[in-house]
Amino acid sequence: MGMTLAEKILARHADRPATAAGDLLHCRVDRIMATDITAPMSIEVFRRMGAERVHDPDACILINDHFVPAKDIRSADFARAMREFAAEQGIRDYFEVGRSGICHTLIPERGLVGPGEILVGADSHTCTAGALGCFATGVGSTDLAAAWALGEMWFRVPGTIRVEVEGEFRPHVTSKDLIMHLVGRLGVEGARYRAIEFGGPAVAAMPVHARLTLCNMTIEMGAKAGMVPCDAATVEHFSGRDRAVAEGPFPDHDAAYDETLRIDVSLLEPQVAEPFLPSNVRGAGEFRGVKVDQVFIGSCTNGHYEDLAQAAAVLKGRTVAPGVRLIVTPATQEIYLRAVRSGVVADLVEAGAAVTTPTCGACLGGHNGVLGRDEVALTTTNRNFRGRMGDTSSRVYLANPAVAAATAALGHIGLPEDLP
Amino acid sequence: MSAHAPFEGRVWLFGDHVDTDVIIPVRYCVTADRDELGRHAMAGADPDFAGRIARGDFIVAGSNFGCGSSREVAPVALLGAGVGAVVAASFGRIFYRNAINVGLPIFESPEAAVACSQGDLVRAVPEEGLLQNLTSGRAFAFAPYPQQVARIVAAGGLENYVRERLSKRRPR
Repeated sequence: MGMTLAEKILARHADRPATAAGDLLHCRVDRIMATDITAPMSIEVFRRMGAERVHDPDACILINDHFVPAKDIRSADFARAMREFAAEQGIRDYFEVGRSGICHTLIPERGLVGPGEILVGADSHTCTAGALGCFATGVGSTDLAAAWALGEMWFRVPGTIRVEVEGEFRPHVTSKDLIMHLVGRLGVEGARYRAIEFGGPAVAAMPVHARLTLCNMTIEMGAKAGMVPCDAATVEHFSGRDRAVAEGPFPDHDAAYDETLRIDVSLLEPQVAEPFLPSNVRGAGEFRGVKVDQVFIGSCTNGHYEDLAQAAAVLKGRTVAPGVRLIVTPATQEIYLRAVRSGVVADLVEAGAAVTTPTCGACLGGHNGVLGRDEVALTTTNRNFRGRMGDTSSRVYLANPAVAAATAALGHIGLPEDLP
Repeated sequence: MSAHAPFEGRVWLFGDHVDTDVIIPVRYCVTADRDELGRHAMAGADPDFAGRIARGDFIVAGSNFGCGSSREVAPVALLGAGVGAVVAASFGRIFYRNAINVGLPIFESPEAAVACSQGDLVRAVPEEGLLQNLTSGRAFAFAPYPQQVARIVAAGGLENYVRERLSKRRPR
């Protein structure tokens, strides 16, 4: 019996010729990532473990993204703890404010993890990097500290759901709508403990940033990993990052999948998820007229340059509706700079958007756009749990950047074609 | 955490998909202090929870408990609040690992999740893989831990487990 992509990568990292779903493996990990919100606890645990040096400083990645620039004294102290640890341990892949970005966008942007590798990150959306053909999964701070100390981690090999995607996206429909559709179809625990492997002609035609959006929200179904095998588009992505990689690894043709789903994206319309679960997904049109107080465009899901450009194209020559706040957060410094140079930032600011420095900020109710009592937001993020972005009574709707831009201009949920 | 001795407490009932934003909202996450985190445990569902539970009480919930973010402060906050164990029909993957790693007892039992009421007195008997509802007189089996998880539980959490491994590696 052949292997899925997840099985193949995990087996290689455990020096096994083969493995199958359900096996327990101790795998070497290639990259180990933590952020300013999770690293401080890992550092405390690391010391209590009696560890002195990380197993391999060059495997470690430390990224300032959650509460940066520091939102208060405590977050400043958290960031300092991580900064000092990076210096003490000789960790070169440490990313300081102003030269950083949201970890899940920065890692692919810098080519920090390659196809066939294993990345563990102390953040649930670490699964995003699976779009590059690696096995990337989120863990907690103690697991991360153990990986620092040992250079390995135990995994139960997940079963895999194969998703075959065909068809061409309609205008203003994106991979965000595809993944929201899938979350709605499988539910928030539909892929619990499993990997999701994407393939088919529509995925082959998808640029890397769209694949990142796709894999990003696999955790919203409980998945351990979301993956797209490395193909020509991935190789090109890495060559732009001065890193030579070959296509593959690929799943075997006779790999055993838990199930195979087929989706024709040409039938898909823009999707919206209503509070308080990301699986509460229906066609965006069904939510027309829901009034919003704030629109947020950004996050590890939709903070790519193309996402900002899509929003700017909808908003160009228009203004944000009275009584509505539009907050836009480019995911990385590089994206921010590109958006400044191309005029995307100017279009957004002219429309009335508040454009912030890269941070996770508003998405998790950290800072730069926290919601107050009874406020309603439509966002391009990934979660709409109760209280996710602020007060417990606030409500969050999820959508793609074009729907978000149209909603900002209308003052209520709507589609680009609804704009006068 | 004692891996084997039976322990008991009252049931606090929650539904399906209790996510980590509910268990510990992010505004309370800029600390690693267990007691401080504990004061805000379950604040997204019930702001008074931490003040009302007695040490050792059980959370009994539906499916997918702890879904969402990787924040390890979620199980730590429950420990800080005095939660003795969480029984759920199923757990979010990262929360499951985190709970085991930090020594919060968790038991998977779809049957128990639907057969307990708020305030019931329950007893966990880990050695026998049993949850007894002393109020209703019913008993439920919970799934045994996978082998590697059992090793970590036996060590009292991942921190101890790794410390033991490191000390064996280190030449004296």
